[in-house]
Amino acid sequence: MASHAIVETTHEENYLQYKGRHGGLWSWIFSTDHKRIGILYMIGMFAFFVVAITLGLLMRLEQLTMGPTIMQPSTYNKVFTLHGVIMIFLFIVPGITATFGNFFLPIQIGAKDVAFPRLNLFSWWLYVIGAVTALVAVFTGMADTGWTFYVPYSVRTGTNVTLAVLAAFILGFSSILTGLNFVTTVHRMRAPGMGWFRMPLFVWGLYATAWIQVLATPVVGITLLLIILERTLGIGIFDPALGGDPILYQHLFWIYSHPAVYLMVLPGMGVVSEIIPTFARRNIFGYKAIAYSSVGIALVGTLVWGHHMYTSGQSYTAAVVFSFLTFLVAIPTAIKVFNWVATLYKGSIRVELPLLYAMAFIFHFSIGGFTGLMNAAISVDVHIHDTYFVVGHFHYTMFGGTVFAMFGALYYWLPKMFGRMYGQKIGITAFVLQVIGFNMLYFTMMVMGYMGMPRRYYDHLPQFHDGHIIATVGSWFLVAGLFLMIGNLVWSVFKGAKAEDNPWGGTTLEWQIPSPPPLENFDKIPQVERGPYEHTPVEVSK
Amino acid sequence: MSQHTESVVAHKHPSDFVGAKIGMWLFLFTEVLLFGGLFLLYAVYRAKYPVDFHLAATELDTFIGTVNTLLLLTSSLTVVLSIEALQRGNRKLSIGMLATTILFGLGFMVNKYFEWGHKIEHGLYPGSEKLLSHSQGEITFFQLYYAMTGLHGLHVLVGMAVLGGVLYFIARKPVNKEHMNPTILRRFQGAARLAVISDNGNELGTVARIDEDVRNIDIRISYEHGEKRFDPRNLIKLENSALYWHLVDVIWIFLFPLFYLIT
Amino acid sequence: MQHEHHDPAAHEQALHGLGYGIYILIWIGLVVLTGVTVAIAGVDVRQLAVLVAMLVASVKSTLVMAYFMHLKYEPPVFRWMFLVLLVTFAIFMILLFSDVLFRSSPNVLFG
Repeated sequence: MASHAIVETTHEENYLQYKGRHGGLWSWIFSTDHKRIGILYMIGMFAFFVVAITLGLLMRLEQLTMGPTIMQPSTYNKVFTLHGVIMIFLFIVPGITATFGNFFLPIQIGAKDVAFPRLNLFSWWLYVIGAVTALVAVFTGMADTGWTFYVPYSVRTGTNVTLAVLAAFILGFSSILTGLNFVTTVHRMRAPGMGWFRMPLFVWGLYATAWIQVLATPVVGITLLLIILERTLGIGIFDPALGGDPILYQHLFWIYSHPAVYLMVLPGMGVVSEIIPTFARRNIFGYKAIAYSSVGIALVGTLVWGHHMYTSGQSYTAAVVFSFLTFLVAIPTAIKVFNWVATLYKGSIRVELPLLYAMAFIFHFSIGGFTGLMNAAISVDVHIHDTYFVVGHFHYTMFGGTVFAMFGALYYWLPKMFGRMYGQKIGITAFVLQVIGFNMLYFTMMVMGYMGMPRRYYDHLPQFHDGHIIATVGSWFLVAGLFLMIGNLVWSVFKGAKAEDNPWGGTTLEWQIPSPPPLENFDKIPQVERGPYEHTPVEVSK
Repeated sequence: MSQHTESVVAHKHPSDFVGAKIGMWLFLFTEVLLFGGLFLLYAVYRAKYPVDFHLAATELDTFIGTVNTLLLLTSSLTVVLSIEALQRGNRKLSIGMLATTILFGLGFMVNKYFEWGHKIEHGLYPGSEKLLSHSQGEITFFQLYYAMTGLHGLHVLVGMAVLGGVLYFIARKPVNKEHMNPTILRRFQGAARLAVISDNGNELGTVARIDEDVRNIDIRISYEHGEKRFDPRNLIKLENSALYWHLVDVIWIFLFPLFYLIT
Repeated sequence: MQHEHHDPAAHEQALHGLGYGIYILIWIGLVVLTGVTVAIAGVDVRQLAVLVAMLVASVKSTLVMAYFMHLKYEPPVFRWMFLVLLVTFAIFMILLFSDVLFRSSPNVLFG
């Protein structure tokens, strides 16, 4: 196996054993070590992930029968709001960036830490404060607006929107700080010889993501602040009675929230770009094309927010412009998919769980992408806007895409992070359950949406009943797969078999150091002399 | 071994000043876009209600606005002079200029206080009956006025607090303590010596051998007698805080004509 | 490449020697421009007023950023990043106005 840089490895204390000035819990929650912060994020995020999965399961249960099943309509409104708020702001926005990004970005570029370690810790604390604020909001009359907080309803409703919005604002600030930390890290901390085009593609994904975090998040920040101002001080900038324009709220909201979906998926695409060359045991096909397409997606992603507003009352001109620009996003995305598949072609493929998840990502994300183009076409979207079709579409991209990539990353990097191997058989069982359940649930939702089932409705008409039963049963498979996987991973972290330093034959820098990584990653900053995915050619015998 | 020592200390306090400034600029970008959202709204509403905006702007006092503009511009000058003075090792002048900057900021806020107070006294505030009797465009103008100048005022206050913190750092006795962590120290024990190395790599002297008995290393750095009588880390603190202060000024440079000069 | 500016001493050197004078000069320029923009606002130039006011404000903020904020003396990456910011904001403004300017008119592209 090729080691593409000389990395001295001494078996000193690893980051898990390190005690620091304070022992125990303190050495974690006040640690400025990027690896520990990554794991702190992971613990927090997965706790909320489990909560939000449960909420989703409850929503599906409610739809199992017509009429009231297990909750009242007002509860249903709060449940879908909470499901969205948690999944978006507490789980998938920090997502791969805050967990694996924090852990592996410095290692992959050959640095000892991020550019601003203390700021990194601060952004985790902001995440915690935001999470606590959200929890307080839940117990003081959770908002029932949906995660989008659209005015004028979010201003008029009697539920506690102010706190929920404040939580989102704080979490946004946390995200901004991570973003500016990562941009600076990539610019300033690369090891000698680590030129821009020797960076692993995961780093490229994170870099593009970090720019979106820095440039788009503040806009939603001010928008959310304006809701708070309107609710508390009566500064009704979006209030039509006071000369305001509620559509502007939607503009400002989506100026962030559309780029935000690329902010969620780009690191996932980066993960897939890591997994595929490792398990195909060959250099990635079209390195530069994938790197540029990450930046391209980030750029085009900021131009398309209006496609959420075809039926909101924006001008036809804007709708046509936004529709056209939205179709453009398909180009860089397709470039990536093409290159991934081309990398597999004639590769020496080793099928392991990370690769299975990467394959699932490509499959789901392609469906999500194609249905995205359907949504982008104005004439189609006018009919399917605010139906289950849209819900199915974004779950295909966000869940089937990003979250599956995140699971792939978990399996891929688990041996590195904890020095333990996961349980293979249970892992595969969980994977199969997830894929079956996922497609049963969300494909059925798309079909129902196309037939006219509106989103966010408490009840449904008889013609959708069969579909709802299939979807709900699918959700059971999915949730079973998820809990099986989480249990398996937790077990593996503590009880799994000892893993080698480089079990997959990976070529990027994190595989050149011990597992778990030592406190400061590298004893000596490596000198990088090769591209990230240069596998030695496989010997072919006749 | 000196390589290691260097890296351990550098890790705790990154001396990459350019990196620190890139981080600060990126933070300023987020501030620009935070206000940017409001500027977007202003632009749209102004295009919608051009006449009402002109009418409403006559209620604002151009004189106070101009005075405040001059205060902030001058404070931008004094803070940059403070940096220059610190670079030249003139700590006293630096401190004086920094204090002046904070005073100008205070002056700005006092002005703002009276300006807002005057408006509120006359019943011109969001939700007031008097304001609601105006046209929709005028109401929107005043809502934007309070939101934008309010957010800006908040930034002036934060800027003053930050500059005050830096003032404290520069004014206090310039001594630094470095503490080397025992865990890291263990790596060197028995196989290392402690040396003082100058910026250009010359070894100025060997202080001690690190043998098994050494449990802690504390380094005291006094800048009192050095050629530059300040802690170089204070310079980047001052520069980054000054960047923030200038940004507050730049935002006001745009707010001023948009609210006061469109009569 | 990324180590080009690592040396804090070299960095200080780069900023040294600007002197107090240039800052005072820039400040005088800023005060004069403030006077100009206030004076012009008094004259009735109607539509042009906003344009002129924004132009003056842009010149003033450019001066502040280039000299007071040292953007002129920093490595090029600072200016590139600033350009990214400006382009982003311009995109937001243009696309937003593609809606609000044509709100009441029929589709101008495919009427």
